[in-house]
Amino acid sequence: MSNPLKIQVRHLNFFYGEIQALKDINLEIRANHVTALIGPSGCGKTTFLRCLNRLNDIVEGARMEGEILLDGTNICGDNIDPVQVRRNVGMVFQKSNPFPKTIFDNVAYGLRINGNYSRRKIEEMVEKSLRDAALWDEVADRLQDSAMELSGGQQQRLCIARALAVKPEVLLMDEPASALDPIATQKIEELIRELKTKYTIVIVTHNMQQAARVSDYTAFFYLGELIEVDRTEKIFTHPGLKRTEDYITGRFG
Amino acid sequence: MIFFYKLRIIQLEIDAEIGEAVLEKKRDFTLAGVRSQRIKEFLIERFFFVNGLLATLILLGIFSLLFAKGYPALRELGWKSFLFSAHWNPTSYEIPRYGILSLINSTLMVTLGALAFAVPLGVACAAFISEAAPPRIREILKPAVEVLAAIPSVVIGFLGIVLVNPVISTVFGISHGLNALNGSILLAVMALPTIISLSEDALKAVPKTYKEASYALGANRWQTIVRVSIPSALSGIIASIMLGMGRAIGETMTVLMATGNARALTFNFLDPIQTMTATIAIELGEVPYNTTHYYALFIIGFVLFLMTFLVNLVSDIILQKYQEVDR
Repeated sequence: MSNPLKIQVRHLNFFYGEIQALKDINLEIRANHVTALIGPSGCGKTTFLRCLNRLNDIVEGARMEGEILLDGTNICGDNIDPVQVRRNVGMVFQKSNPFPKTIFDNVAYGLRINGNYSRRKIEEMVEKSLRDAALWDEVADRLQDSAMELSGGQQQRLCIARALAVKPEVLLMDEPASALDPIATQKIEELIRELKTKYTIVIVTHNMQQAARVSDYTAFFYLGELIEVDRTEKIFTHPGLKRTEDYITGRFG
Repeated sequence: MIFFYKLRIIQLEIDAEIGEAVLEKKRDFTLAGVRSQRIKEFLIERFFFVNGLLATLILLGIFSLLFAKGYPALRELGWKSFLFSAHWNPTSYEIPRYGILSLINSTLMVTLGALAFAVPLGVACAAFISEAAPPRIREILKPAVEVLAAIPSVVIGFLGIVLVNPVISTVFGISHGLNALNGSILLAVMALPTIISLSEDALKAVPKTYKEASYALGANRWQTIVRVSIPSALSGIIASIMLGMGRAIGETMTVLMATGNARALTFNFLDPIQTMTATIAIELGEVPYNTTHYYALFIIGFVLFLMTFLVNLVSDIILQKYQEVDR
């Protein structure tokens, strides 16, 4: 428990219009660890994830209260530019969503919009990101092909490479393997375990085994509330609350 | 236990009866029922086929009528001198001339001029409506754009004379503003609704996930629109431009009123010009029946038809490609 806190969430409330989707969330996320968010559909875990990079800002009628501290800085303030937040907090989505561009351009996108890198530098960083995402060997000789021609698992790893290219500190993953077959899923999970040495990872998953396999901490959400958070072994072996145990063992959900 | 057993037997018996009934009905279907169904379907099919055929026949009819009516002029003058000579002076007392190059040039000038105004404006407006406008403004803008399409062309031409005309003459210091530029501006206004509403549809069809991915990488709204939304919607936007162009090429009343109607071959937008459409509209009412001049006007119509047909064909092909990608 001595790891430095990367993100501290304090009294976070979130509303879609009149509907309150998150109720008084308090959560601490440790640097260079994987934190899994679990809970039944509609419990607010994806909404919570999207608060961490202020992606809910683009949803009409969304409203956020409370504090989210990233390395001690509140990123919810009105004076904070969400664009800057997102450059530090990357995201991978549930359904792989590469742009209809070439493989190279997909990874280079974040670099091109974020600064004046030389062509050489961009090529270098694209290669590095693709290597980090364990995709380089599969696409090295066809970087100019359309990203749409890749398989589902490759597309998802491309999206991870694209997110890594801008060198975020935190990587948010919204059910990154839910649309993939077991082999592709295994690759993504191996990748997550490798990436946590460099990044702080928050992952939403519906798959209990996946949460148990890849995460160090697990947070259980239910009906917009954070019910319990603890080390993953503890949550899965000796959950503190009955509701958590019921969900993990599949008694409801 | 025995009770349940009996219940089960009853159930099985019922099931068997239902099964038989279904089978019987099916047998019925294979005999008389199907035949009447078949005939009905056959008739409906034919009905739609004939309707579809009718549209094609009308198209072919217009096409061949224009060509047949104009053919004598083509035979007399030769298509080369017709297309590549710039002098259109069919009512001359000495040598009547029938070169439509200047007319084609004028039509292309106002059309391209119109696109130069309408494309950036229309795409920007579409991007604003679909990506940036707050809901309330969007609710006002969308119908406003549609009403713009409903303004009669003669009214637009009128505005060209009383509004655009003095502005152009003051700005450029020329005696009057009835010229290619005036026509271009007016045609741009007329092409705008098509370009805006179809481009907006194309932009709206861009998956939300692309935009989210872009935002999540730290792109701002402008970067997302220019680098993700517009490229993804490009084929739809191009198709909208082609359709807007089709409208501009065929427009008659507006250009007739606002371009000054001088049949000179020019590339200067401040010169008065006369388009193909305006020529037909002005001259067909006064031309003696079955003269070379009369036939020549039909050939102008034929060439114009070919041009709009090509533009529409290209936009169709692009749209088709777009739908394949979108699927």
